[in-house]
Amino acid sequence: MLTPKRRRLYLVLTCLVCLGGAVALSLAAFSSSLTYFLSPRQVAAKAPPVGQSFRLGGIVQVGTVATSVANGTPTTHFAVTDGRAAVEVIYSGVLPDLFREGQGIVAIGSMRPGGVFVADEVLAKHGADYMPKDVEQELKASGKWDPRFGPPPDASAWNDMKVKDNGT
Amino acid sequence: MKQSALNPVQSTRSGGWFHYLANPGRFQRVARPTLPWLAAFSVVLTITGIVWGYWFAPADWQQGDAARIMYVHVPAAWVAMAGYAALAFCSLLSLVWRHPLADIAAEEIGPVGAGFTAVCLVSGSLWGKPMWGAYWVWDARLTSVLILFFLYLGHIALIRAFDNKAHGYRAAAILALAGAVNLPIIVFSVQWWNTLHQGNTISLTGPSKIYITMLYPLLIASLGFYLSFITMVVARMSAAISERKTTALLRAAAEQTP
Repeated sequence: MLTPKRRRLYLVLTCLVCLGGAVALSLAAFSSSLTYFLSPRQVAAKAPPVGQSFRLGGIVQVGTVATSVANGTPTTHFAVTDGRAAVEVIYSGVLPDLFREGQGIVAIGSMRPGGVFVADEVLAKHGADYMPKDVEQELKASGKWDPRFGPPPDASAWNDMKVKDNGT
Repeated sequence: MKQSALNPVQSTRSGGWFHYLANPGRFQRVARPTLPWLAAFSVVLTITGIVWGYWFAPADWQQGDAARIMYVHVPAAWVAMAGYAALAFCSLLSLVWRHPLADIAAEEIGPVGAGFTAVCLVSGSLWGKPMWGAYWVWDARLTSVLILFFLYLGHIALIRAFDNKAHGYRAAAILALAGAVNLPIIVFSVQWWNTLHQGNTISLTGPSKIYITMLYPLLIASLGFYLSFITMVVARMSAAISERKTTALLRAAAEQTP
């Protein structure tokens, strides 16, 4: 015979497991709409219709950035890649400070005929690696890391590296 | 009769230590002398962590000085989630074992946890503008933390919404437990879905992606934030217990006078 406490415990646990299962199933079902942006691969496989607004995310491909200034507004052409596919992007306006080759970005806009993505807004997505400038310079100088080509090596290789200047 | 509710008779059934801790009178005897120490440690650790992080730790290679917001943002986010986990645990104790202290704890965790969640959201927003280029985006991480904030607010309102306190405790405990499914969603949101928010820098299982002199102040500030949370909750609980005792004594005195 179950004590009242035991019975309440099993009841609560059963409810939690059921609720957790329901939430997990719904999240799995709605997974595509929970994603903040589409990758170039997803766009290449099934591009949203021309003119429909969506978010495109990926890495700014090295060697594709070209900026021209007309009427005081800079217009930048670049390609966003995820390593397998690339989408050409045009953006008129001031880019965020963190924008650079190899940086992750999210562009909000729509496809135009011809497969070019015209962005109304570009957001910079920074990586999860935190280190002083000196360490970055040293990793770059020693050829262990180029920020344009992906994340830095394992942190154990640099997180006790000596730095000259500890402040800004 | 009211007073006996504050010092429930100990059950001899299983889980003796739960009952030991669940006694509000005993809680007061432990909490009162501990509080000044808790408060002192939280102030010292929080100030040490933040001063170290903001003035002595190196600036970040790509984000520069803006990355220093992490010494507030990350500890606040951790405490917001741990606070909710504590709230859910108290709700379980309340629903299953009917511990009076768990109800008091749940009632007092709510506003403190909501405060830390607000700090996390506001500091994150101020960090997002200069780095991402937007104060707010509806990605999975930001949205799930906003839901955490609303769960805290809902719990605060619900637990105080009934004339019969026991009904409020029951309803709020169910809300808190159901809302606990949001915690793994917050933690794994940056892995399950594409987000604008960065992935995890600190990992319990693998190496952390942060330079050691930036990690230390972050951990010290986090310890300070955790202790501040505990201090605030224990102080609020202690005050709530005293208030109940006073109300009960006043009522008893009023009943005795003809």
